[in-house]
Parts: sequence; structure tokens; C-alpha cells
Amino acid sequence: MSSEANFTDIPQLRIESTGPALSPAQLIWRRFRKHRMAMAGIVGVILLLIFIIAGSIIVPETKANEVDLRARLSTPSEQHWMGTDSTGRDVFYRIIYGGQISLIVGFLAVSIAVTLGTLMGGIAAYYGGWVDSILMRITESMLSIPSLFLLIVLGKYFGKEVQTINIFGRSFSGSVGIVILVIGLTSWMYLARIVRANVLSLKEMDYIAASKSLGASNARIFFYHLVPNTLGAIIVASTLGLAGAILIEAYVSFLGLGIQPPTASWGNMLTGAQTFIQRGSWWMWVFPSLFIVFTILCINLMGDGLRDAFDPHSTRHL
Amino acid sequence: MWAYIFRRFLQALFTLFIITIVCFILTRLSSDPMAQYANRPGLTSEDKVRIRRQLGLDKTIPPQWIQWMGLPPETEKKIIDNSGLPAQYFSWLGLALKGELGTSFFSKQPVSKLIAERLPMTLLLMATAQTITVLIALGLGIVSATKQYSLTDNIITTLSFIGYSMPIFFIALGLMLIFAVKFKAWGLPYLPTGADVWNRRDATELISHMVLPVTCLVLIQTAGYARYVRSSILEVLGLDYIRTARAKGLTERTVLYKHALRNAALPFITILGLDIPYLLGGALVTESVYAWPGMGRLFWEYAQRGDYPVVLGVLLIVSTAVVVFSILTDIMYTFIDPRIRLG
Repeated sequence: MSSEANFTDIPQLRIESTGPALSPAQLIWRRFRKHRMAMAGIVGVILLLIFIIAGSIIVPETKANEVDLRARLSTPSEQHWMGTDSTGRDVFYRIIYGGQISLIVGFLAVSIAVTLGTLMGGIAAYYGGWVDSILMRITESMLSIPSLFLLIVLGKYFGKEVQTINIFGRSFSGSVGIVILVIGLTSWMYLARIVRANVLSLKEMDYIAASKSLGASNARIFFYHLVPNTLGAIIVASTLGLAGAILIEAYVSFLGLGIQPPTASWGNMLTGAQTFIQRGSWWMWVFPSLFIVFTILCINLMGDGLRDAFDPHSTRHL
Repeated sequence: MWAYIFRRFLQALFTLFIITIVCFILTRLSSDPMAQYANRPGLTSEDKVRIRRQLGLDKTIPPQWIQWMGLPPETEKKIIDNSGLPAQYFSWLGLALKGELGTSFFSKQPVSKLIAERLPMTLLLMATAQTITVLIALGLGIVSATKQYSLTDNIITTLSFIGYSMPIFFIALGLMLIFAVKFKAWGLPYLPTGADVWNRRDATELISHMVLPVTCLVLIQTAGYARYVRSSILEVLGLDYIRTARAKGLTERTVLYKHALRNAALPFITILGLDIPYLLGGALVTESVYAWPGMGRLFWEYAQRGDYPVVLGVLLIVSTAVVVFSILTDIMYTFIDPRIRLG
């Protein structure tokens, strides 16, 4: 504030002098922090992660998959906080391990989708011409086939020989890997379009021409100059995509074509819920559903906040 | 303009071509129609070979694809020899347009007949839900945009955000629990659940079975549309010509309904045009929860059995509709918005 006196007649400088110069990342973080709902979303996601991680440390996985036919369909009680399912497995424990699977599936599927989408969109825009035409027609074809339908078809293809995977001393149903791959393969198209549009405008800029004239290779220009400059859009799209992937996993598993038991996921805990509803066992589907809703809501709030934060024209939350 | 439409049309043909290849290869690889014969007693291995030949499964994938495209066997050979390909493609297009989609392995009925049975039910459900959704979303969007940051706006925005994040089965199961199971238990007039057997020709039964799935679809879809209407109205309200209109002394009503809404409607119409073809596919999850005999359920049932002609038929119809509607939306856009000049 001491510098204010020297520059009173230059009003635009007064704004600058109220604090230290901020990098773009700091500006984005500042905008994001002011977005109350987005902060609430982040807090929600962190709480959820703590719940799942702490839960899986305290409760061994065998408890989540333990079948106890004498205690099947029991109401929430002190022994089973959220009741048991049709084979007597504890719903609360399954929510912990199901949450792990749902989040892992969402995260890895989005990673695949982001990689594919960035490459497809970026390469199409960067090379232009017939490369662009062909890649964009492929994108368009994939977009034209309703994704849930495509997912079911693909899931059946990859799901023919499901083996159990062993990672970190734990065994997962092989369907986890398939669901991850298939969701990734069916959800890269929107991002490809966004990246393409961004790269199309970026590649005409002078700094790209400068870098070309310095002899930079295509790969260098692509990964060092073009991709980082469209990172904002990629981060926003992948956050919202994470919510989408978790939701899709839930849908496919709910339809019985996704992750196969005994491995729990929030989606497959709900399989066949419509038949149990008439017997009144509401706890079987209400608790996993609430966890899905909470997760999706928090991630979407975060995504919304990020979108505003990355948009330099956005002033609403400043 | 015409040059643009022509180019779009060619692009669409190419897209459709890729779609047929993608759909065919994926479906064909993913399903094993022979699986249903696996445990049947009294079926010798010769029988199985014969069945495979009858179903055309003894060939490699490319000839199977050609056969599925409806081409006669002679041309199949020609195509493999790689002569006269464009001509063959168009002759297939003609056949596909006539609705020849093959025969289901499982129910031995023509795919077109199976689809024709389910399509009206799906359209009935989806079109009703879509109409109600659009009307509610327009209302909510307008109220929300004109009263920006008011309590009403905040409530609508929050609710639509929650609706946007809600998995559809949660709403579907919740509605079923309250209005079908609990109402019955409390002795109130209740709605049927999906498990009941019912007569499709009886109008009252039909409507009573439609109420819950339609409500559930409306609740889910309204959120997205309302958010969209709100933001496009707000965008238009910030433009200069709206300021001019207000400066002229026009009432806020005239400004909103005569000036702003017309332009705000353009992107909304586009979204709507692009969404309409997906109605054909039905709603997989909703239809399966409420056992609604529609396209989504048809697809799900037959995909589980690996009956690929049906799966392909549904995929092809829906994706063709998507491609066609995207062209139509583009063209329509140039007529309703004179600012757009396609080149």
C-alpha cells in the first residue's frame, strides 16, 4: 500500500500494486478459492477419500465379501450399520470397498479418455487436411452411436474371458479392467472436439511460428506449446468427465453388465434393486445411491468452479 | 448454401459408413450366437456346423459384414475382388433404407418386426417425457434468468444442479418405493410397479404404467435443459440490442418476449434437434427398472443373449437418426437465423 501514494494519478497501476504479481496458476487458485460451492465440493471429495481410505485400513476386504446366509436382508442394526444384502453381506463394508472400485474406475477411465481425446483432437487440428477429416469423421461416428449402447456391446466383447486380476496382494474381478477400458474408449469424443477447437486457434499464433522457425520438432511443439495452453479446458473436461465415468459405471453395473460380484462397486450393489423394493429392503439401494449422488454432486461442483476459475473473463466470483 | 449441404451430406455418408463398420465388427466380435446351443442335449457337432453355416457364422468377418449389409452372394464375391465398390455400397444403402435388417437368431423373427413392435412404445414414453421436460425447462429457465441471483433463481439453480448429478435409477427406485410400494401399504391409491403383467391396449392401464417412468425422465432431463435455457437467455440479455430496446423505453415484458427470447431460443432449438434422435433408442435404465417394453429394453435383452442382428439393427437405426438429425438441425439453423451463412 505504500506505493499507492506515488502512483495516485495512474489509476490502473493502483490495482496492480495492492498485492504481489500473481502467476496465472495463482490467479486461477484465487478465483477457485472464492467459489464457495466449489470449495464445498473439494471438501466433500476429501471427506469421501478419507472415509474410503480409513475404512479400507480398518475393515479387511474379506469382511465386505463375507456371505452370511443366516443374516440375509437384515435391517440396519448395531451389527450391520446399513443392513445386509440378499446374501448377507454387510452393506456398509461393501460401500467402503465399492467406493474404492467406483473411484478407481472413474479415475482410470478418465485418464484413458483424456489421453485419447487430447491426441485425437490435437493431431487432427495440428496436421489438418485429410488427417483432420478422417479423425473427425471417426469422432463423429463414435458420437452418433449412443454411448451406453456402445458400452454394453463393447463390454460383452471384452468380457468374454474374465479372469481375476491380482494387484497389491488383492484380487479384483477382471471385469474392473474391462469396464475401465470400455468407459475410456467411449468417452473421449467431447474432449477431442474441445482440444481440436483450441489447437486450431492456437497453432496460428506467432509463438508457434517462432518455435517452428527455431527448428522445434512437431512433437515438441505439440507437447510443450499446444497441449499446456489448452490444459484449462482439459482439466475442466476431465473433472466433469470423472463424474460422468462414475455415473456410467453405476449404470452399466446396475444393468448387470458391468463389474461382477464378489467385487463390490456402488453400481453393482444396486443390481436387481427393483425386485427387492417390493420386499421392503430399502437399505440395499438407498445407501449406495446416496453415496453416488454425493460423489457426483461434489465432483460436478468442483468442475463448475474450475470452469469459472480457468475462464479469465469470469468475474462473477471475484 | 447448396454446396455446404452437399458437402455435409457426403460427410454424413462417410460417417454412416464408418458407423456400419464399427457397429458390425464390435457386435460381431462381442456376441456368440452359438452359446445358446451349447448345452442342448441331442445336438451333434455336425448339427452345430450346419447351424453355423445357416447363420453365416462359418465365414470370416468381412463377408459376414457384406452379407449383413444385405447384398446378394454374387456381389459379395465381387466386393471381395474389390471391383465396383461404390456401386455396391449404394445398392446396400437402398436395401437398408427398405428396412432389411436380417432375422433374430433367438426369436427367429425379422429384426424390423421386433423393432416395429417396440418403437411405438418407446416413442410414446420418450416423446411424452420430452414434451413435458421442454415446457417445464423453458418456464424454469425464463424465471431463473429474469430473476437472476434472487431466491427463486438460487433454488432453481441448486435443484437443477442436484438433478443434473442424480443417477436416474435412484429417482426411478425412489418413486417406485413411494408411489407403488408404500402407497399400497398405506392403503392409498397406488401406481403399478414394473413387475405387473398388464394389457397394453387398455388406455387406463397404459397411462398408469407411464406415470412413473415419465416423471422420472422429466425430473432427470429438466435439470440440464433448464440450466441451458437460463444461460442462453442471460447471454442474450447482456447484448447491446437489448440495452437499445430498454433505452427506447420498451417494457421489460416486450424486451424479454419479443426481443430476447427469439435469439435465446436458437441454441436451445439446436440442442433439442440434436437430442431428438436419441429418443428412438429409449431409456435403457428407466425401461429396465419399470419393465417398459421399449427399444432400450429390447437392446438390453438381446445384447445379453448375443443376438447380434437385433443389436445391430437398433444401433444402426439410432445412429442413422443421429446423423440425419444433425444435418437437418444445421440446415434448419440457417433458415431461422439469417446471421448464419454457411460456406
